[in-house]
Amino acid sequence: MRQRPEGERTMSDYSAQEMMSVTAARALRNDDVCFVGIGLPSEAANLARLTHAPGLTLIYESGTLGTQPSVLPLSIGDGELCETALTTVSVPEMFRYWLQGGRITVGFLGAAQIDRFGNINTTVVGEYGDPKVRLPGGGGAPEIATSCGEIFIVMRQSKRGFVDKIDFVTSLGHGTGAGDRERLGVTTRGPTRLMSDLCIMTSDPETKEFVVTSIHPGITAEQIVENTGWTVRFALDVEETPRPTKAELAALRDLKARTEAAHRVPQTGEAAE
Amino acid sequence: MSEFVLLSEAVEAVMSDGDAVAMEGFTHLIPHAAGHEVIRQGRRDLTLIRMTPDIIYDQLIGMGCAARLVFSWGGNPGVGSLHRFRDAVERDWPIPLEIEEHSHAAMANAYDAGAAGLPFAVFRGYRGAELAQVNPAIKSITCPYTEEKLACVPSIRADVAVVHAQKANARGDVLFEGIVGVQKEAVLGAKRSIVTVEEIVDEFEGTGPNAVILPHWTVGYIAVVPGGAHPSYAHGYYTRDNGFYKMWDEVSRDRDSFRAWIKQHVLEGGPQDFARHAAAA
Repeated sequence: MRQRPEGERTMSDYSAQEMMSVTAARALRNDDVCFVGIGLPSEAANLARLTHAPGLTLIYESGTLGTQPSVLPLSIGDGELCETALTTVSVPEMFRYWLQGGRITVGFLGAAQIDRFGNINTTVVGEYGDPKVRLPGGGGAPEIATSCGEIFIVMRQSKRGFVDKIDFVTSLGHGTGAGDRERLGVTTRGPTRLMSDLCIMTSDPETKEFVVTSIHPGITAEQIVENTGWTVRFALDVEETPRPTKAELAALRDLKARTEAAHRVPQTGEAAE
Repeated sequence: MSEFVLLSEAVEAVMSDGDAVAMEGFTHLIPHAAGHEVIRQGRRDLTLIRMTPDIIYDQLIGMGCAARLVFSWGGNPGVGSLHRFRDAVERDWPIPLEIEEHSHAAMANAYDAGAAGLPFAVFRGYRGAELAQVNPAIKSITCPYTEEKLACVPSIRADVAVVHAQKANARGDVLFEGIVGVQKEAVLGAKRSIVTVEEIVDEFEGTGPNAVILPHWTVGYIAVVPGGAHPSYAHGYYTRDNGFYKMWDEVSRDRDSFRAWIKQHVLEGGPQDFARHAAAA
């Protein structure tokens, strides 16, 4: 569980959540082709496109290539994604030609549980055959994790999510450490960066373990330790993450306000009957 | 050869208890009105196949229509859990639900193989993924040319495919526009099919030469159900009712409120009720 109330992480002019999204957005480059997961990854990827990376190509698994939504989609296949896309292909084509074909530079994912090697669980809490909590499952992630050039992950940091051992390996990170991906015939880099509301972790080139390389302003190393389920390592030269700029915050808040207005109420009021 | 009928007649004609049924539509064009009709007709023991079970299968599972589910992502998109699906998997309510779970890539490839008349699909997938250890249908094959080890899964060839599309023309050809998902593959791979459409037109107009069209000789029954994809959407007709998806989280969380909703909106309703969703756009 989280060790401190959310309020203590709130700066005077931006929230921890905003810090996370801005930091995650910065990881994307202008010439990336990004396969976007729904939720936090989608928020970060669109913020990147609206700020420093206008040339960024966004791809959603529903088949939309080069989409430029003005509001964040609630689902992976909202009409907005198709209407603003360069082209929309079938789902088999998306997974066969574009993902498996090696056309994607970055897969941007979230997770319910993650371990120090970036292996992701979105399937079950507890035993697969007798789950305590049945989560939605893998969707596109198992092949995104192995077919994209590299993987970025964005998720809120807590002991419940950042665990020593995940209950189910939905999507491969670095397995049990260096060399595992290669042994499985995977030639892509796997998880390289993890952006949370507390810090940035990057994958150690030698061990492949996630190491804290940048701490967000106002966050202490103790907070990170308290919210990580494994014995977390820090780089020798840990940086302080730059604060969100006015332009980044304005773009993010505009995006969220437009999204909120677009998704407000059932169109037909059926629930109220 | 396609035939225009009422939705109730189509379900009556092609779907029996115990059938393997693929009701497809990737977030878009989900055949909700047809799902309601299956509930009204009380089909039992179905194998439900669908990449994203979504609200349509949450309703069928909650009403005890399904014995088995083949799927790759079982959530309420952008909202959270499918509570009826979870209740069936975690607590066997209202009846136990056997699951065969895949990744999207596996199911997309399996539909493609089904349409192509192949027995299985081959792809580069499931590497290091634990699903391969809990789902015996996931196997591997060695490439005879390169010796690369690749994943394979059985093709999907449903007894009945059910999809929703924008238009049929007078001849019974069917036009899909927007996010086309795996609908074409699901219909071509299935033994029988039902297509619900927003409208019938004399001729398709304004379509490019590469429009996604199922010719009338590949389609079984067509029923006109305006609004029939609600709360998903029909590109060019009405938008996704995101508010409904959020509302469903509340309604479906509780067994009694779920059953009350189904009684009022499904058991005591009909396909004509969907028209107001199309009209609201």
